[in-house]
Amino acid sequence: MIQVIVNGQPEALAPDLSVFGLLEARGLVGKRVAVERNGEIVPKARHAEVRLAEGDRLEIVVAVGGG
Amino acid sequence: MNDPLVIAGKAYSSRLLVGTGKYKDFAETRAAIDASGTEIVTVAIRRTNIGQNPGEPNLLDVLPPERFTILPNTAGCYTADDAVRTLRLARELLSTEARRHDLCKLEVLGDPSNLFPNMPETLKAAETLVKDGFDVMVYCADDPIQARMLEDIGCAAVMPLASLIGSGMGILNPWNLRLIIDNAKVPVIVDAGVGTASDAAIAMELGCDGVLMNTAIAAAGQPVLMAGAMKKAVEAGREAFRAGRMPRKFYSADPSSPAQGLIGS
Repeated sequence: MIQVIVNGQPEALAPDLSVFGLLEARGLVGKRVAVERNGEIVPKARHAEVRLAEGDRLEIVVAVGGG
Repeated sequence: MNDPLVIAGKAYSSRLLVGTGKYKDFAETRAAIDASGTEIVTVAIRRTNIGQNPGEPNLLDVLPPERFTILPNTAGCYTADDAVRTLRLARELLSTEARRHDLCKLEVLGDPSNLFPNMPETLKAAETLVKDGFDVMVYCADDPIQARMLEDIGCAAVMPLASLIGSGMGILNPWNLRLIIDNAKVPVIVDAGVGTASDAAIAMELGCDGVLMNTAIAAAGQPVLMAGAMKKAVEAGREAFRAGRMPRKFYSADPSSPAQGLIGS
C-alpha cells in the first residue's frame, strides 16, 4: 500500500493506482470534477496514465453553490 | 442584441450576474436563476465530500454550462497562491475538449469579519492569472486607483464592492463608484452589498455596467420573486442611465402643467 493525502485526509491506497482508478473507487468517473496532484493540475485526458506515488497530495474538487 | 454587456469579447443581454449560494435547495436555485434572467452564474470550488453519495445531483447538472456562463470564484481564499490554484482547478473542471474556460471571478479576501479584499494579494493574483490566459473579473475595493491598476494588468472587468459582502447595506459610496466608472474602459460591475431592488437600480443609474448579487436574492423572503424584481431593477436602472436623468433643481419648483389658461383668471 502507499500513503497519500486526498482532500486533506490520509489514505492507504493500492500501489500503481491511477488517478482514474481513484475516481472510479469514489464513484466520480464521468462526474464534473477536477484533480490536482502535488499542486499541479492533472488534465482529464491524463487521468488514466498518471499513477499515484507515496506521499502524493491530491485535491479533488467540484463546483458548489457560491457567490 | 440591443445594448449588450460585453465581457472578454462575449456579449450578454442581461446585466445581472447571480450567485448560486445559500438557496434552500437546487430547485430553488434554478427557479431563482431563471426568474432573474441572468446568463452568468457564479459558483464556488470545493473539495468533494468524502463519503458523499455519488448519485447526488451536482450543481452543474442543475445549471448546465451549455446554457449558462459559469463564473467560478475564489471565495474563501486569503492568498494570491490559493486563489490561483483554485482557478486553475476551476478551469480544468469547466473546460471541454472544444473550449478552454478562461472566465473567472478573482476575490482574495483580507479579513473574515468584513470580507474586504486584500488588494496587494488581489493585484498579485490578477497578474499571474492574466499572464496565464484567464479572463479575470475581479472583486476589489471601491478605490479608483487600484481599480485602474487592475484594468492596466488586463482584467476583463473590475467589480468593486458597494458595501460588505452579504450585508445588504446597499450603495454606500456612489461617489467612489462614479470615479471608477468614469475612469474605466472595461466593464464595472458592482459586486457585493446590494440588498433590494432599488440598490440595484441605483448602481445601474450611476453607470455601472452590471450588478452581481447572491444574498439579496437567496436571503429574501421569497427568493424567486426577488430574482424577478432584480431583473426589472437592473433593466430599469440601465434604461434610466441611458436616457439621462433630468438635472436636479435645488430649492426651485417647476410645474409640469401649463401656467396659463387657468379658469377664473
